[in-house]
Amino acid sequence: MAKMSYIQAITDALRVELKNDDKTLIFGEDVGKNGGVFRATDGLQAEFGEERVFDTPLAESGINGLAMGLALQGFRPIPEIQFFGFVFEAMDEIAGQMARTRYRMNGKVGLPITIRSPFGGGTHTPEMHADSLEAVVATVPGLRVVTPSNPYDAKGLLISAIKNNDPVVFLENLKLYRSMKDEVPEGEYTVPLDKAKVVREGTDITIIAYSAEVNESLKVAEKLEKEGKSVEVIDLRSLSPIDTDTLVASVNKTHRVVVVQEAQRMAGVAAKVVSDISERAILALDAPIGRVSAPDTIYPFGLAEDDWLPGAAEIEEKVREILDFN
Amino acid sequence: MSSRVKFVDFAAKKESLASKDKPLQVINSKGEIINKEIFDQYSDEELVDLMKLMVWERTLHQRSNALTRQGRLGFYAPTEGQEASEMGAQLAFKKNDYLLPAYRDVPQLIKHGLPIWKAFLWSRGHVLGNDFEEEGVVGLPPQIIIGAQYVQAAGVALGIKKNGLTDTVAYTFTGDGGTSQGDFYEGINFAGAYQVPAVFFVQNNGYAISTPRHVQTAAETLAQKAVAAGIPAVQVDGMDILAVYEVAKAARDYAAGGNGPALIESLTFRFGPHTNAGDDPKRYRSTDEEKPWFDSDPLIRLRKVLMDKKVWSEEIENTYIEEVKAEIKDAVKKADEAPKQKVSEFLENVFEEPTPDIVEQIAAFKAKEAK
Repeated sequence: MAKMSYIQAITDALRVELKNDDKTLIFGEDVGKNGGVFRATDGLQAEFGEERVFDTPLAESGINGLAMGLALQGFRPIPEIQFFGFVFEAMDEIAGQMARTRYRMNGKVGLPITIRSPFGGGTHTPEMHADSLEAVVATVPGLRVVTPSNPYDAKGLLISAIKNNDPVVFLENLKLYRSMKDEVPEGEYTVPLDKAKVVREGTDITIIAYSAEVNESLKVAEKLEKEGKSVEVIDLRSLSPIDTDTLVASVNKTHRVVVVQEAQRMAGVAAKVVSDISERAILALDAPIGRVSAPDTIYPFGLAEDDWLPGAAEIEEKVREILDFN
Repeated sequence: MSSRVKFVDFAAKKESLASKDKPLQVINSKGEIINKEIFDQYSDEELVDLMKLMVWERTLHQRSNALTRQGRLGFYAPTEGQEASEMGAQLAFKKNDYLLPAYRDVPQLIKHGLPIWKAFLWSRGHVLGNDFEEEGVVGLPPQIIIGAQYVQAAGVALGIKKNGLTDTVAYTFTGDGGTSQGDFYEGINFAGAYQVPAVFFVQNNGYAISTPRHVQTAAETLAQKAVAAGIPAVQVDGMDILAVYEVAKAARDYAAGGNGPALIESLTFRFGPHTNAGDDPKRYRSTDEEKPWFDSDPLIRLRKVLMDKKVWSEEIENTYIEEVKAEIKDAVKKADEAPKQKVSEFLENVFEEPTPDIVEQIAAFKAKEAK
């Protein structure tokens, strides 16, 4: 086992799958010699050659159309969208074309494509780079959407995504790239694509979060533990599908729940979680479901991000409110 | 500051943009052979086969039109007028070539191996129309999103190159309107950048639904758009099947030879409406404009040449039309026998491994369907 950052775990997963399967291909803007603007593909072109790891012209629809065409020729493409804020340029190829191909061709043609892209905020990037557009893809039938909150899951989920025979959108949190290190096993291991994880057990309330907000939620759980409150924290890991069984089991135990997302309130993953719990476990609840999210503005300018993004303070406030509800 | 040295003449630059090449033509609209050198390469038998291809497509069109009116077909984009453009192109490609058609390219898809009954099911809105596995059709179902197939064609062709497949290309069609899409430019640009074996075929039929070609672009030709991507391109008389076949074959040979992609602009005309869902060309085309194109009918000119050679007659044509009609009649019958589609089966085909939500929905729909 080695200590790895989130981004090192991603690079390692890519290396493992480039080695395991010679049909895997990595391509995107600046992913070759430069190793990607965040260095996620650092050294991979040198190690595996320009046939396997290559730069593309600067066009997101072209990159994803290329991925679809390559998948139709038996490859296992791993395209990168340099920032997920650029995904709208590629929405037809991803949501209109790739996502519906298996269904459209009577189940006979699968497209094993993993679209990697950094998302989320808090790193003061220029306008339209940072964004929380995960719900835009998580509401498309035929796409899986996963996002890890830590280096261990980053590697295991990415390997699972690459091995999966359907299109998977793999979202990497910008803020987490270099802010945490974890023990990460060498070689291949997988984390299931459709299972949430209880990352901290508790009995008084459940916080459901994903990506960077999992770590914010854990801070709140630790703080409240000192006051004798037992907080369970669940990392969704998969935004589509949502692992409702794991969520419902927790709610049946704690009877109180707060759902956290970094995205705007109207931008839907938390809303889906809330409605799933309402449908399946409303009678187990002792309080309304709490929701923590960013406000419904356009994604903020870099200097305003810290005032805008929900973090531990906002989560704590909401958790206390739901715990106190009688 | 009033008099400056004129160091660049943009007006002159604009004049020099388009290629001065004339579109290739072998037989003109009067049925005169104007390129004897090319014409003489064809045996009588080959010429008759080309005629049959066009008669086949015209008959398919006429029957499809009638079937649509009777409510026995669904979506249909009429092909009348474009027989030389479509069949001349299709004939130049091989079964192992990967076809990415648009919705007016169903005849090519059929000639590429899709049974007519499946094409009819696609028209009606039945998934079996897109099930290519049984016949091993190398290609995709017709694209609806204008231009999307162009970026995919670049990917398929890159895959062909990476797989080391020899004598194999990807080929794709769009219309004049399609060349305005971002995906058109991205597709040809990617194909050029990676020097892949792809042939891009533009059927310029003058109108994107009602919008005339001159509104789409200031470019003098659509072929010249390829120049910016570093791709060689030619225009061809799309009403002359010999000319279309010649350029399509040359483009295929070029791409299959490892030289990179090529683009063809075929100058053609859609005689009828955009689709059979209420489009009326009288709203946007004058009869004065239509007449020279109707006179240019690709069947008329080859028919004249073949009749002069005494290898074709009204009787031969009518006998062949009856054969095609019988083939179409059987296809309709077979399409009618297709099983009713089930939502539970759609759910099973969203992912290879259904998600828990979908597993639940499959069970619910199966219970409903069992009633």
